Amino acid sequence: MLLYFFFVLGIGFALKRYMKTSKDFFQAGRALPAWICGLAFISANLGAQEVIGMGASGAKYGLETAHFYGIGAIPAMIFVGIFMMPFYYGSKARSVPEFLRMRFDEKTRALNACSFAVMTVFSSGISMYAMARLIEALHVFDGLFRALGWPQGGIFTFSICLSALIVLLYIFLGGLTSAIYNEVLQFFLIVAGFLPLVLLGLKNIGGWSGLKASVPVAYMHEWKGMMHASTNPMGIDIIGVGMGLGFVLGSGYWCTDFLVIQTAMASHNMESARRVPLIAAVPKMLFPFLVIVPGLLALGLPTPHSTTVVRTENGVIYHEINVVPPEVEAGHGLIPAKVNPVTGKPMLDASGRPLLDYDMATPNLLLHYFPTGILGLGLTALLASFMSGMAGNVTAFNTVFTYDLYQSYIHKGASDRHYMAVGRWATVGGILLSICTAYAAINFNNIMDTLQLVFSFVNAPLFATFLLGMFWKRATGHGAFAGLITGTAAAMLHHGLTLPIEAHPGIHGGWITVLHHYPSDMAQNFYGAIYAFSANFVVAVVVSLFTKPYPESQLVGLVHSLTPKPSHEHLKWWKRPEALAVAILLVAVALNIFFA
Amino acid sequence: MNLDLRVPMGLMFTLTGMILTAFGLATRDNTALYARSLGIDANLWWGIVLLAFGIIMLTLGRRSQMRMAREEEKKGKTEIK
Repeated sequence: MLLYFFFVLGIGFALKRYMKTSKDFFQAGRALPAWICGLAFISANLGAQEVIGMGASGAKYGLETAHFYGIGAIPAMIFVGIFMMPFYYGSKARSVPEFLRMRFDEKTRALNACSFAVMTVFSSGISMYAMARLIEALHVFDGLFRALGWPQGGIFTFSICLSALIVLLYIFLGGLTSAIYNEVLQFFLIVAGFLPLVLLGLKNIGGWSGLKASVPVAYMHEWKGMMHASTNPMGIDIIGVGMGLGFVLGSGYWCTDFLVIQTAMASHNMESARRVPLIAAVPKMLFPFLVIVPGLLALGLPTPHSTTVVRTENGVIYHEINVVPPEVEAGHGLIPAKVNPVTGKPMLDASGRPLLDYDMATPNLLLHYFPTGILGLGLTALLASFMSGMAGNVTAFNTVFTYDLYQSYIHKGASDRHYMAVGRWATVGGILLSICTAYAAINFNNIMDTLQLVFSFVNAPLFATFLLGMFWKRATGHGAFAGLITGTAAAMLHHGLTLPIEAHPGIHGGWITVLHHYPSDMAQNFYGAIYAFSANFVVAVVVSLFTKPYPESQLVGLVHSLTPKPSHEHLKWWKRPEALAVAILLVAVALNIFFA
Repeated sequence: MNLDLRVPMGLMFTLTGMILTAFGLATRDNTALYARSLGIDANLWWGIVLLAFGIIMLTLGRRSQMRMAREEEKKGKTEIK
């Protein structure tokens, strides 16, 4: 683990020498090869929400979680590579909000920049919180703390500060390049840490068929019961998944979130920029095996009722049998129940069953299978996943803050050196804010749901704006702005009026009054996204039709019908992005049929 | 960019692989340690896998860096950034 930290910081220092202008710092000089950017593209997303959250959702909803990949991510990644990247990369915009200013106007950009800045801070705070909690639960630093005589309660704070410091240092030194390099490093580390876990777990439980036998039937099918909400574990029907996840949330995330787009924009030419999301889609298809299967395995293993430690002393064999604590006893498989920190008893949901702490599914499996040695690698992989998620958020935050807020509204026309310094300090500020969020993130059962909630407020309506902006030349700035506001308002209203079954009104929804019950919080999120998207779309179209259109000369390179198509005639047909896209789509469909 | 990512990455995995392999070899007969990983010496086997991966990455990275250096010489660019 120390080795890893050493390398992470080493890359930061090695790259510091190359950081000469703000372009180097914020955009990696637009000079990175496509495969590096491609891996960073998914690695930026491979934070807490992915490794822990997907394991958690795997245990909670079963193989249906793979829809986040098959429907949520892959088509959106292909779409962004084929259709949207020419505008992002070709317009020479330095960030997603800047693209909005070129296409629409200043206020749309300001709105997007602000909401985006808040969101990145939120996400990286959640990453940090999850990591600190995990370190606490896995007793990584317990020995160190005992040796130094510090109180055990300080571990949470200590882990937060440590992770913040490391991420801060390497971004401060090497900017986006350093973040991207480290993301790729973390990508391989995560694979190296989780692949043996899945292999061992599958071997123990009796292979794929053994896993099938040990969890409920519905958990092993991606599509079974999708026609109606009451017949599958996620409690959502095909319209909710297809529209909500596939069209709105997935595209909203992969196509408009600067967090992932920034890595594609760092590549060295248009062809690679378009190929980046496509390259990323290939490993993305295989990731369900690494992150969802551990959750299923944890669910499928027998619940331990007692632990036996066998040790040999002077030829005598001792069997020490301990009864497990109540939270493990009340759990399911390797997943413990959530404990109320005040009473110390397992928490119950509205219908009296224990609330399971799904976030512990993957970490517990790690502890269950890995012996000393490789366990260190597994834990490092976990920590790496948190840091890569955090780092992506932080670099996105410093770019947007510097270009779209500071340079545009606070201090115009300063020297390049000045902006680079601002970027560095924005990094510090962003991380400090994330630390505050980390302490605020203690109220949720499933990190994934929290993130989806934030995305459905901000991101879901956003995709409608980009879609209209890129493919309808009549769309105007006023329309886009009004649409965004309505979309976000619609999302919040929807959240306030509905409640998932088995949840108490409050942070899970229903804070205005409960008009409708959803079978699960995922269903609530997906439908919220659909409403937000539709509200934005309708309002943007209506307002655009009533306002003055932009002259076409202003929109060249920004709107589909007015932009010359990028030509790849000089490339062999199988090297063109379109061919790659079709191949990926076919494999994705095949995987979905296989696991139907 | 003069730093090929594959070099530090290969270096890291080679080192990690070496440590794991060595540890796995040393603790080969310790059945209590490997009881949780189903009696498989996970350290040894995975160490070897990582070692192989690291060496491949390192070789590829070194080769491309050498090629880059040659190309720069050809262009007559002798300046070192």
